[in-house]
Amino acid sequence: MIPFLLRRLWQSLILLTIVSMIGFAILYLAPGGPMSQFAQSAQMSQEDLDRIARQLGLDRPLPVQYWDWLLRMLSGDWGRSFRDNSPVWSVIGSHLRATFELMAVSTLIAIALGCWIGILGAIRRYSIFDMVATVGAMVALSIPTFWFGLIAIYLFSVQLGWLPAGNRQTIGDGSFLDVAHHLIAPALVLALVETAIWARFMRSAMLDVIGQDYIRTARAKGLPEQAVLRGHAMRNALLPLITLAGLQFPTLLGGALVTETVFTWPGMGRLFLDSVEYRDYPVVMGILMFSAVMVLLGSLLADMLYAVADPRIRMG
Amino acid sequence: MIDSKAGRGTSRRELLGLGLGAGAASLLGGLGGAYAQARPLVPPQKPRGQVIAGISQEPTVFNPLMPGSEVDQGVWWQLFNPLWSIDPQGRLVADLASEVPSVENGGLSADGLVWKIKLRRDVKWHDGTPFTAEDVKYTLDLINTPGFRVRNRVGHSLVREITVVAPDEIHWRMESAYSPYLSILALTFIVPRHILEKAQDPNTAPFNSAPVGTGAFRWGERVAGDHLLLQANPAHHGEGPYLERVVFKYIPDLTMLYTQFRTGQIDYLGLSGISAHFVKEAQGLRGRKLSLSPTAFIEHIALNLEFAPFADKAVREALYLGMNKQARIEALYYGLPVPTESFLPQQSWAYDPSLPAQRHDPAKANALLDAAGWARGSDGIRQKNGVRLEFANSTTVGNPGREQSQQLLMQDWRTLGVAMRINNMPGAVIWGEFWQKSKFESVMVGSNFMLGNDPDVTPRFSSKAIPAKAGSGLNTYQYQNPEIDRLLAEGASQFDQAQRKATYGKIQKIIRDDLVLLPIYQTVMAEGIKDGLQGFAANINCSSNCWNMRSWFWAS
Repeated sequence: MIPFLLRRLWQSLILLTIVSMIGFAILYLAPGGPMSQFAQSAQMSQEDLDRIARQLGLDRPLPVQYWDWLLRMLSGDWGRSFRDNSPVWSVIGSHLRATFELMAVSTLIAIALGCWIGILGAIRRYSIFDMVATVGAMVALSIPTFWFGLIAIYLFSVQLGWLPAGNRQTIGDGSFLDVAHHLIAPALVLALVETAIWARFMRSAMLDVIGQDYIRTARAKGLPEQAVLRGHAMRNALLPLITLAGLQFPTLLGGALVTETVFTWPGMGRLFLDSVEYRDYPVVMGILMFSAVMVLLGSLLADMLYAVADPRIRMG
Repeated sequence: MIDSKAGRGTSRRELLGLGLGAGAASLLGGLGGAYAQARPLVPPQKPRGQVIAGISQEPTVFNPLMPGSEVDQGVWWQLFNPLWSIDPQGRLVADLASEVPSVENGGLSADGLVWKIKLRRDVKWHDGTPFTAEDVKYTLDLINTPGFRVRNRVGHSLVREITVVAPDEIHWRMESAYSPYLSILALTFIVPRHILEKAQDPNTAPFNSAPVGTGAFRWGERVAGDHLLLQANPAHHGEGPYLERVVFKYIPDLTMLYTQFRTGQIDYLGLSGISAHFVKEAQGLRGRKLSLSPTAFIEHIALNLEFAPFADKAVREALYLGMNKQARIEALYYGLPVPTESFLPQQSWAYDPSLPAQRHDPAKANALLDAAGWARGSDGIRQKNGVRLEFANSTTVGNPGREQSQQLLMQDWRTLGVAMRINNMPGAVIWGEFWQKSKFESVMVGSNFMLGNDPDVTPRFSSKAIPAKAGSGLNTYQYQNPEIDRLLAEGASQFDQAQRKATYGKIQKIIRDDLVLLPIYQTVMAEGIKDGLQGFAANINCSSNCWNMRSWFWAS
């Protein structure tokens, strides 16, 4: 296990360096810059714009800026946001909780609902439930997340008035119930696509497993059907889904970006969009590196869990 | 002002009770406006309730001397005070100063070089420390400190020999007479010396993310990406505050912003305002009112005068004659904006209403181009001396109004034998070097040309303000005219408003005649206000209509 971890760590470092170089180059070579937001102010002269750009270090050659950023990053200093002058880590940190809250709840909903639909669909293959679930999953996968979000807002907020039309909490409240009330719509919308993916994977994995010899043997031994499904089929069918869980992380982050925008959720997705729009390079790079680390960690964790769950898999 | 409760009458008694808000409404005139009050105005004895102001940009800069957006300035107005401010009628009103300096009261010397400012004695910072002349001196010194990331130094760089005469009096000398400085100081907020001077680097001082001011509201909390909460400052020296809390709620999507205003989660929707296509619906919402507030932004076609076809005045005139301005205003903006001929808003004291009104006259435009030697080629596009009458027009992508406007312009100008191409880009690209260094051919843009409420347009039209020619300013049109240079210098050194009005009238006439830019309209913003919220008064002279939140309160 330890040689495996060390190898993965080394590979991850190389990958992160490549990601940072590409990210930095794309960001800085893209036309436009952070000074553009002030360019139309009558009070701003070109001298002022040049002076501020110089103070932000934007007048230096690209490799120098990258090297400076890398050294500071390695020493734990992620720089300061061009927009609000706060340290990047604190800007990201202030948005993390909202995103993780949304992702955790929607992931739990997606796993619970998706697995249940998938298993039931496999057991009752070609039944009405299975067909409805299949068509439902296809619809959920085909329609963009923002559309579901807008429909949910129109229906439950504007027309029925049951749910708030966005935000994470009522300002001045923020109690558990209030946050939960605000969480319902975005978490369900974000969970919708995830549920469809989990249901399709679970159905397929379950169908693979229940056709295996050991399931026939268990049934032949006279085990009750429930025990066969729970004790033998489900446990083995869940194995490939561990990998799915790891690989779904970036997809979930992407989905959160759209959901956060539609529901005005103050998370990382919106921060990323805002920062790109304002060309807030330090924050964009910070989010990029943070996401890359999270994706690598998710993948590593999936590999390790896979080995723990299936003793036949060895690492080293 | 449009009352969403269409058809509701106002009784004589209610009219008598209208007070300040209605007074402001009548004074603003035109479309303008203050939010007419439908109930008697009785501010509460103690601050009560909160207002949630929905905004589409996030406030992020809280040091009021640093580069910030209009939405940041909306927050600064609550936390800080300038020496004097500008009211909706364009008058300077003393704030931290006890009176606005003038030649008459001895605050300004006759030559405009010596300034003597008297300050209020009853002002305290939010932490209880008394405000003094040392704070004013510190602020002016900080602005001119080389390493400090100040927004700009226009006017401030002329200040010399600052002397604190007493805790409530400060004097300085100007290197040269510069009358717009009165207006610039009206938008310069004073920062606390006793806090900022302790910081190792004022650029990264903790003050910048938890500011201490003298304003009607104190810093509360900021939830990044979501909202900013300010608490009432009961020790405020001026009027109000009448609200316990003010919340700036950030919602980047304009449709979502409007939806939350519609569902009642937002009490006031300002800054970006309500999109034109929602205005009619918003007028019918129960419990909501709209204020159609003129802004200082002039939508225009910016022409790069160094681009060969635009160097010919006949081409500029023909393009302007060929533009169906009114059709655009009606079809795309539901008749909200006001057509204009000047770069100044029509509420400015220096606005010249006698400028010739544009007519849509394609026949005359064609004749003008024929006479100027621009002959139609085989493809119908005109050319002269091998130069085709073809150019690109650029604006920010994702602005449907402007993008549709470009389509109409293409059609308008095509009939003249002029080929316009659309070359749109994201904001961060177009307003970068492309705009700043005049790399464009033509741009569709809305600009506020004024310095506060001052009509000095030296940074826009002076021949020394062309960035592409190493100038200091934003004359991206690359316009050069010795007569304009002379008039700009004259206007900036005059202190008599009547004289200045005459000078800037001449400047407006020359700019209109030369068609340095093709003016389209003055922007009017539709702002939404929940019924019962009192005190709102649009102020074109401030960068944000949140300027007077200290006077806002809920009708009891």
